[in-house]
Amino acid sequence: MSDTATGVRVKLPTHLRRLARVDGEVTLEVTGTVTQRAVLDALEAAHPVLRGTIRDHATLRRRAFVRFFACEQDLSHDEPDAPLPAPVAAGTEPFLVVGAMAGG
Amino acid sequence: MTGVRVLVGTRKGAFVLTADGKREHWEVRGPHFAGWEVYHVAGSAADPDRVYASQSGGWFGQIVQRSDDGGLSWAPVGNEFTYAGVPGTHQWYDGTPHPWEFARVWHLEPSATDPDTVLAGVEDAALFRSSDGGQSWEELRGLREHGSGAHWQPGAGGMCLHTIVVDPRDPARMHVAISAAGVFRSDDGGKSWRPANRGLRSEGIPDGDAEVGHCVHNLALHPSRPDTLYMQKHWDVMRSDDGGEHWYDIGGDLPSDFGFPVDVHAHDPDTVYVVPITSDSEHFPPEGRLRVYRSRTGGHEWEPLTAGLPQEHCYVNVLRDAMAVDSLDDCGVYFGTTGGQVYASSDAGDTWAPIVRDLPAVLSVQVQTLP
Repeated sequence: MSDTATGVRVKLPTHLRRLARVDGEVTLEVTGTVTQRAVLDALEAAHPVLRGTIRDHATLRRRAFVRFFACEQDLSHDEPDAPLPAPVAAGTEPFLVVGAMAGG
Repeated sequence: MTGVRVLVGTRKGAFVLTADGKREHWEVRGPHFAGWEVYHVAGSAADPDRVYASQSGGWFGQIVQRSDDGGLSWAPVGNEFTYAGVPGTHQWYDGTPHPWEFARVWHLEPSATDPDTVLAGVEDAALFRSSDGGQSWEELRGLREHGSGAHWQPGAGGMCLHTIVVDPRDPARMHVAISAAGVFRSDDGGKSWRPANRGLRSEGIPDGDAEVGHCVHNLALHPSRPDTLYMQKHWDVMRSDDGGEHWYDIGGDLPSDFGFPVDVHAHDPDTVYVVPITSDSEHFPPEGRLRVYRSRTGGHEWEPLTAGLPQEHCYVNVLRDAMAVDSLDDCGVYFGTTGGQVYASSDAGDTWAPIVRDLPAVLSVQVQTLP
């Protein structure tokens, strides 16, 4: 697919919103199939300060204590190139980047 | 008017404490980077307005922050620390090979002459340098690859390069300390390195006087006598008078020679400070009495400094990077505790008072003496 999704919504945890200096959700233009990788590529392109905070710089693997949720599903362990749920691509549901529950 | 700026890293953010030269009234700003661990905040001697901070956390990794206005405002810079080449393995806690993995920056050491040049000591142990104000980082790979790296093993806090001491006469000459590998020395700006642990003896390793494997906690030197190095080791307070070629014990009459920080008076290279801790299994002051110990003789003979410090029911620790001195005429001494207090002395340690009492656990304290 070569179409572009123009209203993909990403909801970041507080620490990353502060780092990126954004309020509320981030809305992204995503080229091609809307996948984890495509969304995170677009997010990091729009906010380079987030590079390395969600995915490892070199391997692009998800950091261990970061989770990806959408449409009441845990997508953390899905393949990065798997299509995200249609409501995420359509912008009716946000893609959630979440800090895993842990003490401290 | 002269003044001081105390840069404090804590488990939950950074704080900047400022006072004029009298050091009586303090302004406290922070938390910066609230909720993140700030292992170190370090100011540039070349430009006091330039300050670097290491911000990290288990969830979102490493951020390096830079301020160009003395810590009033901050902006993230580069956070990509990639080991050079194929990094291979070091020893894991159980003795098995473990791949080198970047975890965090423990210590930042800005150049004395160029505000855009800064060294970073990281976990897993390696040394990185930035020459563009922190935007990009390059490993000085000669340290990790000098030959003994595959045998380094982490201490309880991780395998961290936590101390960087640069010779003020010649910035190409430096010492670093790694837990639990020991001291390494370079004379060529970090290209090549060799162990500098002769004279150390450690009970926690199979060969007590091995060339590497010692859990060195901190190093300090005085700029007027840079061949003399002081060391707080896991156990033992040590000294070298030949740039780390040989070390000897100066623990003398300390109540315990276990501890973390060591520092030197700004104007007297023979006046040294340590904070004895009960033991490796009891990380709090002996008898629950918080005492800084000062030697005016370069070691061996130590006096407790207690005025203004809690002398009962005190069970905090003072971590390796959490003590510093200013260079005002009456040398100020500062330290932070795991209980969140930052204590200051404006009379070289004779008397103490808290600047703040209830910060998160203090990881680091650095002081800038302002013109």
